[in-house]
Formats: sequence, C-alpha cells, structure tokens
Amino acid sequence: MGIQYTNRAKPVDRSPMTWVERLYLWNILKGMGITLKHFFKRKPTVKYPEQTRTFAKVFRGLHILNRDEEGRERCTACGLCAVACPAEAITMEAAERQEGEEHLYREEKYAAKYEINMLRCIFCGYCEEACPKDAIYLSQTFTPANYSRKGFIYKKEDLLIPNPVTEPEAYQKALGTINRENKKAEVK
Amino acid sequence: MYLLAIDWFFIIEKLILIALVVTLSMIVAMYATYGERKVAAFIQDRIGPDRAGPFGILQPLADGGKLFFKEEIIPLASSKFLFVLGPILAMVTALLTSAVIPWGSPAVVAGRTVPLQVADINIGILYVFGVVSLGVYGMMIGGWASNNKFSLLAAIRGASQMISYELAMGLTLIAVLMLTGSLQMSVIVQTQLDSGWNIIYQPLGFLIFFICALAECNRTPFDLPEAESELNFGYHQEYSSMKLGFYLFAEYINMFISGVIMATLYLGGYDIPFVNEASWNISPNLLAFISFLVLLLKAFFFVFVFMWIRWTVPRFRFDQLMHLGWKRLVPLALVNMLITALVILWLNK
Repeated sequence: MGIQYTNRAKPVDRSPMTWVERLYLWNILKGMGITLKHFFKRKPTVKYPEQTRTFAKVFRGLHILNRDEEGRERCTACGLCAVACPAEAITMEAAERQEGEEHLYREEKYAAKYEINMLRCIFCGYCEEACPKDAIYLSQTFTPANYSRKGFIYKKEDLLIPNPVTEPEAYQKALGTINRENKKAEVK
Repeated sequence: MYLLAIDWFFIIEKLILIALVVTLSMIVAMYATYGERKVAAFIQDRIGPDRAGPFGILQPLADGGKLFFKEEIIPLASSKFLFVLGPILAMVTALLTSAVIPWGSPAVVAGRTVPLQVADINIGILYVFGVVSLGVYGMMIGGWASNNKFSLLAAIRGASQMISYELAMGLTLIAVLMLTGSLQMSVIVQTQLDSGWNIIYQPLGFLIFFICALAECNRTPFDLPEAESELNFGYHQEYSSMKLGFYLFAEYINMFISGVIMATLYLGGYDIPFVNEASWNISPNLLAFISFLVLLLKAFFFVFVFMWIRWTVPRFRFDQLMHLGWKRLVPLALVNMLITALVILWLNK
C-alpha cells in the first residue's frame, strides 16, 4: 500500500458482476438518475462580459502607471522594474525634466518612452514590488484584445492612469480597478 | 377531359402535407442540435449556448451559416461522385421515413376529410424499415468514397452495427404486428386507440425496440461509427462544409423520426392519454391539431431521453456491441415474439 492522502480511498472491487449488474440496465438507470439530478442543479456559470466576479485584492492584471495627487507622473525611469522583470517585457527611455514641466513630472528625471509588451509579460508583479516611486501597479483589468501583435506593446499613453486634476471621474474609475489603497499599504 | 379526371385537390393536399412534413423534420432537427447542446450543458452543470438571440435560440441558424461558409474540400484521392452522393443519400433516406407516419387525427378542409399522413400505404412499417436500412448506404458510401482508412473502418463498423440491430428490431416488430394484425401505420394507431397502447402489452418488446433505435440512430452508447475519440469522427471525417452538415443533420432527423415511430408503434401515436377525445365534441381540425401536438410531445420526450442517455453512458466496445446485439437482444426478441404468439393463440382458442 502506498501513501494514503485522503480517507476516501476505496479498494477496487474485482468480484464478478452479479446478474443485475450484467443486465446493465439498472446501473444505467442509476447513472441517468445522477445526470438528471445535475440537470436541475444551479449552474455556477458566470456570464462573463455582463457579469464579472470580483477578484482577490492581490489579483495581477494589466499594468497601470500612476500619478500623484497633482496629476504628475511618478515614474522616474530608474529602470528597476525592467531589471526585475523576468520576462524582459519592459523597456524605457529616460529624459530630463525641462523648465516649465514641473506640473507634468514629479521629479527631475522622467520616462520619455515606457513600453510593456503584454505578450511577453507573465503578470508576476515583480515590477510593482521593485518600484521605489510607487509608480507602477498591476490593475484588476485583464484579457487585453487586439488585432495585431504590435497592438499588444502598450505605450506610456496606454498605461498612464487618467489625470486626477483634469479628468477626476476617469481617474476615480481607474483607481477602482487597481485597488490602490490596499496595495499602497503593502508598499509603505 | 383527361385532366379533369385527376383529383387535383388530392394532389395539392398531398403536396402541402409533404412540404409541411419535410419542413417540420428540418426545423425539429435544427432545434434538436440546439437541444442537444443545452441538455449536454445542463447535465454537465453548464448553461450552454446563450449568446445568439434570447437563450441562444438563434444558435442553429448561426451554426448552419457557419457550415455554409466553410471551405468545401473534396479529397483528391476520393471518388468524387460517390463522395457527393453519400451525404445526399443520408439526408434523403432520413427525410423519406416520415412519409407514412400518421401525424394526427384527420382534419376537415372544405368539406373533405384530410388524413394527416402523406401516404397511408398498407405496408407502412415495412416501408419505414426498408428506408431505414437504406440509410446504411449513406454511411457506407461516405466512408468508402473518402478513401481514408479510418472513415472506411468506421463505415464498416456502422454498417455491421445497423444490420445486427435491425434484426432484433424487426423481431420485436413482429410481436407488435401480431397484436395489431396490420402493417398499415394508421391501423396500428387505430388499434391502440381502441384497445390501449402497445407498451402495456409489449414492455419487453418496447425496451428492445428502444435499444435498437438507439443503435440505428448511432447514438451513444452505440455511436461506434463516429466515435470521436477513436476514429476522428468516423465516416464523415473527410467531409467539410454543408456536406458534413448534411450528415449531422440527417442524424438528428433520424432521431426525431425514430422518436415519432416509437411513439406511433408503442405509445399510441397521436392518441391523447387518459381521456376519450371522441366525446369532447370539438371541431375535428382543433382535435387534429391537439393530437398532432401530443404526438410531437411524445417524440420530443424520446429525443430528450436519447440525449439524456448520450450524456450519461460511455460508448460500448465493438465486441460488447456485437455481443449485446446478437447474443442478448436477438434471443430476447425471439422469446418475446414466441410468448406473444402463445398468449394470442391461447386467448383466441
């Protein structure tokens, strides 16, 4: 006897079939009783696009690039996320903040180009963990769809969260998808 | 003068009936595919197709449209004429069977009594059996013309299965014919209206007939001709587009028709159970309609049971299939026939 994992183990019955069993009919009827019971059971199906189920707070969906309360991009293009990324899905180009751009970027350095290849990404969330500036989060959004492979390389414009100053409604909506309150607590 | 001698009303009446019966079989077969998917889904705790239209009722149209737009492939190595003939035969034989079924009590149109039956021939049930056994050709020709060993194997399996089970089916039928004393479908129904349903006198016969009907329709547990997992869909493996659709469609028509035939032979046809409809005093047309609905209901019940069995029971092995057919059902049917004959003799002495 091997290792017993559950107490449901049942030895295989190798005794010859009885007359009733050899008739098949009774056992088939029993089986049909079981299937009929399932026929009337409540279905666990979630009708997906109309109904969605709530994910766990730690669900890792598509990325979102964060802004601070004044609507400035938090990312400083330090590249830690790209280093942490095991799938090498993140590329970025840094640029220096010019005079008069203080309302756009939080610090002196910012990401001029920030791309995530969603086909490479494995949604491990290491980028989120690596980020020292609280700038990248994995949201609750998932199942990206596109007509070409090119469309799956998300640019900075696709990733940035809406500006809380100019588009407060859209910002609130996006916040809902990333459950930020919870995750912020983790990071700090 | 000669044209006047022809009963034009009769011809028009029959043409309309034919059109109605064919349309009915088609529509029922169409929605049987939807029903099958829904039943399968519900048995497996799913909800099945629900996207096309409310509750997915347009799904059969979507499926049909899809099949029409698929690429027509005729394998280079196939025999082209036979390859095309196969699905045609399967479809035609499936549709032909419905010709002799009495669909309801007679209606009255413009003072004429119109029996709801396309042809009330005196060998009705023999005709059904003749056409059903022609159905083997659709399968056999399709499998052979594909020039593919799996298709051929499946077709051979299918042919041997159909022949074996037709035998037991025919033997149980003899017992029914002893009771009714006629091969005419309308008489078979009428005797049941007078003296009770045949299932009461022939429970064993009904069971054997039902099992054989499952085998004749290639339904699980007897779906060896198209065993998906072993023979890659069997005899219609090389078929695509609407030619494949015809095969699948013919199967559902067969299922519906065999349900109707079982209802006619054993469940009193269009008889409304537990009531004496003759004393109702309603117009014959309304009665015809109600009795037609009752027959449909009985047939749908059988179709549902067919599906229910399909999603419950796994497939037989081929030797088990042959064992069951020849060593169990044929002797049982013979015994059933013998006992029926003895009882009839004893009661009539």
